[in-house]
Amino acid sequence: MEKEGTQQMLLEIQDLRVNFTTYAGKVQVLNGVDLKLREGEIFGLVGESGCGKSVTALTIAGLLPENSEIVSGEIMFAGDDLLKKSSNQMREIRAMRVAMIFQDPMTFLNPVLTVGTQLTESIDVRYGKAISQGWRPPEIGEALGATSASKRVGRREKKKILYHMGIQALKRVRLPDAERLMKSFPHELSGGMRQRVMIAMALARNPDLLIADEITTALDVTIQAQILELLRVLRGELKSTIVVITHDLGVVAEVCDRIGVMYAGDVVEVATVEDLFAKPMHPYTQGLLHAIPIVTGGNERLESVKGTVPDLIHPPPACRFNPRCPHAWDLCSQKKPELLAESPGHFVACHLYTKGKGS
Amino acid sequence: MSDNQYLKVEGLKTWFPVTGGILGRVHSYVKAVDGVSFHIDKGESFGLVGESGSGKTTIARSILRLVEPTAGQVLLEGTDVLKIKRRNLKPIRRRMQIIFQDPYASLDPRQTVRSMLVEAMRASGAVMDLGEAYARALYLIGAVGLNEDHLFRYPHEFSGGQRQRIAVARALATNPEFVVLDEPTSFLDVSVQAQVLNLLKALQQEFKLTFLFITHNLSVIRYMSDRVGVMYLGKMMEVADAEELYNAPEHPYTHALINSIPIPDPAVAKRRAPLAGEVPSITNVPVGCVFHTRCPYATQKCTDEEPLLKQTGERHWTACHFAKELNLPPPVTAKRRTQPS
Repeated sequence: MEKEGTQQMLLEIQDLRVNFTTYAGKVQVLNGVDLKLREGEIFGLVGESGCGKSVTALTIAGLLPENSEIVSGEIMFAGDDLLKKSSNQMREIRAMRVAMIFQDPMTFLNPVLTVGTQLTESIDVRYGKAISQGWRPPEIGEALGATSASKRVGRREKKKILYHMGIQALKRVRLPDAERLMKSFPHELSGGMRQRVMIAMALARNPDLLIADEITTALDVTIQAQILELLRVLRGELKSTIVVITHDLGVVAEVCDRIGVMYAGDVVEVATVEDLFAKPMHPYTQGLLHAIPIVTGGNERLESVKGTVPDLIHPPPACRFNPRCPHAWDLCSQKKPELLAESPGHFVACHLYTKGKGS
Repeated sequence: MSDNQYLKVEGLKTWFPVTGGILGRVHSYVKAVDGVSFHIDKGESFGLVGESGSGKTTIARSILRLVEPTAGQVLLEGTDVLKIKRRNLKPIRRRMQIIFQDPYASLDPRQTVRSMLVEAMRASGAVMDLGEAYARALYLIGAVGLNEDHLFRYPHEFSGGQRQRIAVARALATNPEFVVLDEPTSFLDVSVQAQVLNLLKALQQEFKLTFLFITHNLSVIRYMSDRVGVMYLGKMMEVADAEELYNAPEHPYTHALINSIPIPDPAVAKRRAPLAGEVPSITNVPVGCVFHTRCPYATQKCTDEEPLLKQTGERHWTACHFAKELNLPPPVTAKRRTQPS
């Protein structure tokens, strides 16, 4: 891959720290996250539960819960710091530029409205104003005939345009029988179809950034394979940057360009998919890769990472992986390692790689 | 057929009635398990895989009589478990234990670990003497990799992986021969899952257990099982030794299932999604071969006639009309990672 900086950055997160206040105490969920997303890439964010991958996504989208507190950091997106935006401005950004899809589509779709209603509403929020001012989506201009030449747009015509855009969106995610689907309610669809509808809804708004949070986790393997295939196909058609959040390294290897590995609120390693799997550098990444049972593995003993994920109310000092790390020495519990480039495009936060370099 | 068979399931059917109308009449059945036969040898680990709704958990619950099967036989060393009267089940239950998926739901939040273990021993009649029970609790907690302090704690003080270890200790408390593991690691993170899987393997050796291991994760089952059965919509599609099943599957469904696993290795060429369509609803199962609606090789015969599970190799059974004729290419899978030096 290209060197850092030659490609346009869409989003830059620096030193993001987020705490959650719970009855048990202050949970230090994000501990100085640094991440850069390039335009047009599919970036995978992996880690175990509680590592902060979803919280990072929620922070970008401005959807953190009430009991959270952003301690420090900035999220630069198109020249602005998202953390400085008001909640109204964030709402606007979510409508126009950042879309998010979640694990369970059933909790996200409204059960009493048809797919069509929800889909066109979502498109209306994004394009309604533009349509009223005479804008037309290019791909359906001719489908509606020459009537769109007039400047003024009536309610009925706008509805027609939105409907067509909805159909296009469903077709884009390869859903068959889009017309019938527009009239269906969410409960009439299977899990895989619901997830496709969610993806259609998000993509219909042509977001700059699409965050997909564990979107295949609730699906069966054969359906998961279909959704992953869809993401691969869409990648060629879209210009959106996609962040895929998952705990499954297999999913990441199948669809992503670059990967960030998170552990207990820290980004510990960032690299291209090829580099990360061929040459994992952080001891946690190495442990994780060896802990996955794979089909051809036979049944010899798995290498496991000893211990468990730490309690983030009382996180381990400095490098949060040090109590579980097979290579840890005293520096690891005294000074937090920085995320540094070890080779072009391969970043790792570990003292093992700074040993010989003074400091 | 070897005489080493520990558990033999013959023509097992578990149907759940669907009622409707004001009279609450039964108008159809959900055939969760529909005529399944297989056997488990003594000391082996038999794996059941399948997508959600395929009936794998219902099989396990039927064997343990946690649900009442509609028809069939479950022979445990020759005795039919399904014929035993409910009140005489206790001695059988002591020999057969189950570990559930969710360790947050399966442990009593108001009992200490020791009291849980001792209760299991005394209720099942495995160990009646209190002193002896305490000693065994101490032994068991060590066997699952925890220590004496943990005996006096409550479930909320433990992480998911530790809770699952406690559930394992409780299952072992009755000194069972046969343990059903129903998705025991799907709640756990990868790094912890590996620890629990290793532990289960070690315990199987140590306590000479026979395992029925249920999961939807094909990689986990490959690691844990000697033989594997593949379920789809309440039917057994294929049974074979794990090695053979993964390298040379005969049923198109097994083949597609193995090919659907995301491979944690970007160097392996990306395949297209192997199966189109969705799993049909279990209330409205296709006629003929249940898989024919999604099978790329289906012919008229598959719609007309249901294939039976037939022996196709020395230790290989397949329910497909064309089992030996399809010549399926070997599934695409990942290479084993080598340990970095």
